[in-house]
Amino acid sequence: MARGLLYDSTLCIGCRQCEQACSEGKNLPYDDKIAAEERTSAHKLTAVRTHGERFSRKLCMHCLDPACASVCPVAALQKTAAGPVIYLPERCMGCRYCMVSCPFGVPTYEWHSRLPYVRKCDFCQDRVAKNEPSRCAEACPTGATITGEREELLREARRRLAEKPDQYYPRIYGIEEAGGTSVLILSAVPFEQIGYPVNVEKTALPQYTWAALKHIPDVVVMGTVLLGGIHWLTHRKEEVARKEGRP
Amino acid sequence: MMELARKYFWRALFAVIMAAAAYATFLRFWGGLGASTNLSDRFPWGIWIGFDVLCGVGLAAGGFTLAATVHIFNIKSYRPVVRPAILTAFLGYLLVVVALLFDLGHPYRIWHPLIMWNPRSVMFEVGWCVTLYTTVLFLEFLPVVLEKFRMHAALKIMKAVTLPIIIAGVILSTLHQSSLGSLFLIMPNKLHPLWWTPLLPVLFFISAVATGLAMTIFESWHSAKAFGRHLEYDLVCRMTRVLAVITAVYLTMRFMDLSHRGALAALNQPGIERWMFGLEILLMAVPMLMFFREKTRQHPLAVYLGVVMWLLGFVANRMNVSVTGLERSSGVHYFPKWSEIAVTLAIIGAGFAIFRLAAHYLPVFEEEHKDEGEMAGGPGRIPTLEAAGAQGD
Repeated sequence: MARGLLYDSTLCIGCRQCEQACSEGKNLPYDDKIAAEERTSAHKLTAVRTHGERFSRKLCMHCLDPACASVCPVAALQKTAAGPVIYLPERCMGCRYCMVSCPFGVPTYEWHSRLPYVRKCDFCQDRVAKNEPSRCAEACPTGATITGEREELLREARRRLAEKPDQYYPRIYGIEEAGGTSVLILSAVPFEQIGYPVNVEKTALPQYTWAALKHIPDVVVMGTVLLGGIHWLTHRKEEVARKEGRP
Repeated sequence: MMELARKYFWRALFAVIMAAAAYATFLRFWGGLGASTNLSDRFPWGIWIGFDVLCGVGLAAGGFTLAATVHIFNIKSYRPVVRPAILTAFLGYLLVVVALLFDLGHPYRIWHPLIMWNPRSVMFEVGWCVTLYTTVLFLEFLPVVLEKFRMHAALKIMKAVTLPIIIAGVILSTLHQSSLGSLFLIMPNKLHPLWWTPLLPVLFFISAVATGLAMTIFESWHSAKAFGRHLEYDLVCRMTRVLAVITAVYLTMRFMDLSHRGALAALNQPGIERWMFGLEILLMAVPMLMFFREKTRQHPLAVYLGVVMWLLGFVANRMNVSVTGLERSSGVHYFPKWSEIAVTLAIIGAGFAIFRLAAHYLPVFEEEHKDEGEMAGGPGRIPTLEAAGAQGD
């Protein structure tokens, strides 16, 4: 069973405890200045954003079939069975295709480092694999962020929508976005109003690439036969001439 | 006097570009990508990918287009331009690798895809294809070097394996020229609808074949000028006709695709996209119409201008796919930093300089003398460039 994370933005009070716990857990600096940055970056893997009265969290969505992992030429990004999409820095050559491909704009880069790496939330893979809560979930004082089995979280989210239909926008973000994500989000208002992209494709993105890539073996085989055949046809006249002793 | 001034102008420009690029290189490897580029988390790919890699590989497509024309389709009249085309391709690919070394965060790991596999990744496939094809190009160009040093035994071996090498080269090129388009299939909602289409690989392939021809005409022109050779004008005319037809096929497919996807409505939206789209299409459509006219083909200068326009159209297309089309969804405006431009110009300059040196010292243009008996073409009008009043370096 794969783990997931449920973020109920209606319970979020914008205290940024999740940010702090995340930065401390990842040995990243955290102070008032960084707290005020309302966007993720190489030194801030999750960010609480303010939208008037409301708050929302940005973090890696941990897609079920992630675009980043499918495009990485060296498999430095991988979807684990436990749920997290993890990054193996020793493989990374720094092409940044993961950043270009991510429909949520999650991976960030250490632009000012001489040997830069990609940084992103790894869903506290060290803890989640042991069925422990992520650092952000553990730090959350209101229960806005919780972790658990994705299936159970999905049931919990549906229960909340059914119990208090007047408090929620009747959709769960992450069920179909990019073909489904391990992170699920609830909101009181349409998701675009609290900073989540809603034009994200509803099917897994790697299939778009695969539609083209799957033809490669056929192109190689058919191409060899075709080109070899054309060569045979076009050089036939000379071959006959040579055999007949003509110049 | 004018001649001398022109010579020094180009040399001075070359020196200035190289000096700027040297400092940009220092910035890149000392200060990192942040110090040397205008890239950001929102806009992670710039002109080092969009121009140096996407355009670089496309502009080097003459190598496989001409190799297939002459060695597979056995159209002998194209013989004189095969070697220069293969040389351009070989240099082009080497320079693309140089550009990649600038762009990769960990350039010394450029070989990683060869051992750390991910067959679902387009870039993994492109990495393999480009590695193998650069090797193929080396082997295709090797006979020129062997000829120079009169190594006949080795030449004989090379001749025996020519066909498999050529076929491998054509297939590898088909794969990665199209795959450079497939790179962008993964972002159906990030890339603007004027450029995102499931046909991206097909369109990239067709336009690469056309670019191969256009580049061959372009360099025939310049090498004729530089080495005081006769321009194979009959051949150039024939190539412009083929270029016109391929462009017609390409543009028809482009517009049919746009109309089937309902993307033409995007032309009504205000913004930079529709103008850049118009520019890209015009720069290809105008030379196409020119090449269909007998009158244009009688004027070497008009042919040259048409080809330059076409090449700019190709560059516009690749830049639109990789930069213009991604700006709106990224929410930021990207314009390259001076150091990005300096490195790019230096790579183009190095390409010209190395081609010139190689063409000067190696028998790149000599096959035409050896095979004169085979040459078709007849006693057509072969104007020299001086007579046509050509401009250029």
